Amino acid sequence: MAIVEKPPTPLELAPAPVVVPRQAFGLYKRPVSTTGWKSWLFTVDHKKLGIMYGVAAFVFFIIGGIEALLIRLQLARPNGTILSAQTYNELFTTHATTMVFLFVMPMGAAFWNYFIPLQIGARDVAFPRINALGFWLFLFGGLFFYLSLFLGGLPDCGWFCYAPNSGAVFSPTNGVDFWAIALQITGIASLTGSINIIVTVLNMRAPGMTLMKLPIFTWMVLVVQFLLVFAIPVISVALFLLMFQRVFGATFFDAAAGADPLLWQHLFWIFGHPEVYILILPSFGIVSEILPVFSRKPLFGYPFVVFSGAAIGFMGWGVWAHHMFASGLGPVSVAVFSATTMFIAVPTGVKIINWIATMWGGKIRFTTAMLFSIGLIVEFTIGGLSGVTHAIAPSDWQQTDTYHIVAHFHYVLFGGAVFGIFAGFYYWWPKMFGRLLDEKLGKWNFWLMVLGVNLTFAPMHISGLAGQSRRNYIIDDVQGPWVTSMNLIATIGAFVLAVGVLIFIINVVKTSRGPRNAPLDPWDARTYEWMTTSPPKEHNFDSIPPVHSIDEFFHRKYAEDHDTGEIRKVATAEEIMAEQEANADKHIHLPSPSYWPIVLASGVPVIGLGLIFSVPLAIVGGVIVLLGAYGWALEPSVADDTDFDPPAGGPSKELSTVG
Amino acid sequence: MADLAVSPVAAGHDAHDDHGAHHGSTGLSNNKLAMWLFLGSDCLLFGGLISTYMLYRGRVAEGPHPEDVYNIPFTSVSSFVLLMSSLTMVLAVTSAHRGDVKRTRLWLIATALLGATFVGGQVFEFTEMYYKGLGYTTSLFSSSFYTLTGFHGVHVTVGVIMLLSLVAITLRGRIPGNRAEVVELVGLYWHFVDIVWIVIFTLVYLIPS
Repeated sequence: MAIVEKPPTPLELAPAPVVVPRQAFGLYKRPVSTTGWKSWLFTVDHKKLGIMYGVAAFVFFIIGGIEALLIRLQLARPNGTILSAQTYNELFTTHATTMVFLFVMPMGAAFWNYFIPLQIGARDVAFPRINALGFWLFLFGGLFFYLSLFLGGLPDCGWFCYAPNSGAVFSPTNGVDFWAIALQITGIASLTGSINIIVTVLNMRAPGMTLMKLPIFTWMVLVVQFLLVFAIPVISVALFLLMFQRVFGATFFDAAAGADPLLWQHLFWIFGHPEVYILILPSFGIVSEILPVFSRKPLFGYPFVVFSGAAIGFMGWGVWAHHMFASGLGPVSVAVFSATTMFIAVPTGVKIINWIATMWGGKIRFTTAMLFSIGLIVEFTIGGLSGVTHAIAPSDWQQTDTYHIVAHFHYVLFGGAVFGIFAGFYYWWPKMFGRLLDEKLGKWNFWLMVLGVNLTFAPMHISGLAGQSRRNYIIDDVQGPWVTSMNLIATIGAFVLAVGVLIFIINVVKTSRGPRNAPLDPWDARTYEWMTTSPPKEHNFDSIPPVHSIDEFFHRKYAEDHDTGEIRKVATAEEIMAEQEANADKHIHLPSPSYWPIVLASGVPVIGLGLIFSVPLAIVGGVIVLLGAYGWALEPSVADDTDFDPPAGGPSKELSTVG
Repeated sequence: MADLAVSPVAAGHDAHDDHGAHHGSTGLSNNKLAMWLFLGSDCLLFGGLISTYMLYRGRVAEGPHPEDVYNIPFTSVSSFVLLMSSLTMVLAVTSAHRGDVKRTRLWLIATALLGATFVGGQVFEFTEMYYKGLGYTTSLFSSSFYTLTGFHGVHVTVGVIMLLSLVAITLRGRIPGNRAEVVELVGLYWHFVDIVWIVIFTLVYLIPS
């Protein structure tokens, strides 16, 4: 595994000039605020960035949710009049784009930014400044996307924006331009983030933490990052081509000019199918952490969960054309992609078996986090089963572009990915904020969301089979009572779901007003991230405890009695924490905050605006980016001691130089 | 790229870390691992662009055909120039590892000049093609050709900027010794860009459409 490079052998040692690291290129000072808004704006702390990712993604979740409710209101009765056809097109496009790119992906980033360094015993990610850059690019990309609302209209081409809908004839407003450029900006964020996280996981593990002792959430996220590294450039190419078509008048996807519209479909789905695993695997990781804790058993078949996750990562590249069965690929392609699509259900099924076997015979505690995890298993399995039926091409031809498909992917995305995210909220909230979310409200939250998901999306299976097609802005009495009645139920369900989410928000507000009184180890947890204070200190760990087993924390708390064979508690979380504090490292390197990630990121959307409206603006944006890049490079590697007010004691101010 | 100019000490690792100061759990430095991952990702970017070109290379509704505009002897020479720059890059990396500041600087400048010559050749080639009637939007062939080779040209240009930044850093006396890896990282990028050109040159110029 390890590629050990040969250290360079010095042949002749020329006297190297003396380097004074503190002066470095010290043209600018580094920011040093530890409180107030500046401490957030210029932070490179993975925990603060994680929280910012989470807050921003949740706001986008609310926006996307409101769009969904408007869509459901329009479809509640036949011949709805709430939305015009054009507004309806814009809303389903922005709803999907928001939920996929601006909610589920960055919410995954929130979790992995916050918890991966904690789970592997690192004090930050490998490149803290690039991490900050990623967050700001995501946020500015998202805001840039919604800027289209005020500058000509939202995109209206559907989230996969097929040609010719993406062309100027069918989308004359600038909406599609904003869409294409916004996704490129968030794409850079994902790409830099994924490289950063892979390097962190591979290179910065605690002593003794081999790859097969990684916490399972970290493993699933690692697979996601590899998917991102290779999927993002493919969609970037597609978006570049689309942008050049719209901005400079090329004809890459214009069938009238002899182009092949299938090119877009292939490029989009070569990205798009790995993307669905990018959305779901972090949630799989989260529930794989939660189920063992609340079943009081180790995860059943840890290596199987790891390797099935990796297998999904590999096989996810070989199934994209099942999104295109109706496009006339020819019998050979269709047969091959049918087979691979059926086959990819196997590693997913392996995981479901593992989760059920983990719970089997366990002492299950039905906390809200556990309920959401069980909810994921059930709802995802329903969505997965309908997914397998789509692998059968003749059946898929009937279902393509109907609400049957809509039902399928909402079961796996809402019932799967989103339930996993909510499970993570309830499980890790005490770790992140030192406060336990209210369990009673949590149960209401869970049951309303389960009811809402099934009430909203189960009827769509039927209305889809009854002939209701996607993206039609009205339903009609002619389509029959199945379609009209099922749509009414779905609309009611959507509002039940919204009430469930509202209760979560009430829970968060209520909890944040309460005292910070969560116990150190509220769930009797098993993994490394619980071996520090809640919330964690800025440097995460006072000392990095070595790792001897999967579920390191559990094995420090419990041991087998040699005579009776019973498992006994031998240490409390407080004792383990005290031992770590007693052995605190004397010199702790932490990256300094930096002005430049936000400066550099702010130039990128300006370039985007320039490409759409006027080239000089793009040049201004380019100058900002260039200044940001050189400011970044010329920044001193550490903040000077005299910059701190008051001069801080405690851990040394000798800070890391990478970022 | 700006990040490469700083030392490869792993952030977050404490001073008495037993992995060694510069290398993490895998034995590679963070910066080098990140560069390899970026290059892996970039392969897919060029993969997409090359596929697009291969699909559209024969699609000429109007305007000149590929064989009307390609000047293969000229492009062969500029390709040769680019390939030679890989040699000078290797020499720069070995000099940096030896701690030989002067030669490092010399070979970095040579590499940058060769790269700039290649980009200059591409600008000349594009201009010539434009006067032969091959605009960006003339045909599917022209759009996909300019997009693919243009993207490669941008990569080379970014590489030249990185090389010149390295030259500036050697002038401040910060390259030799344990910072030699920075030169190596730029070298990895540079060789990658060269290898991609070999693929592009073969598929675009040498194989008739």
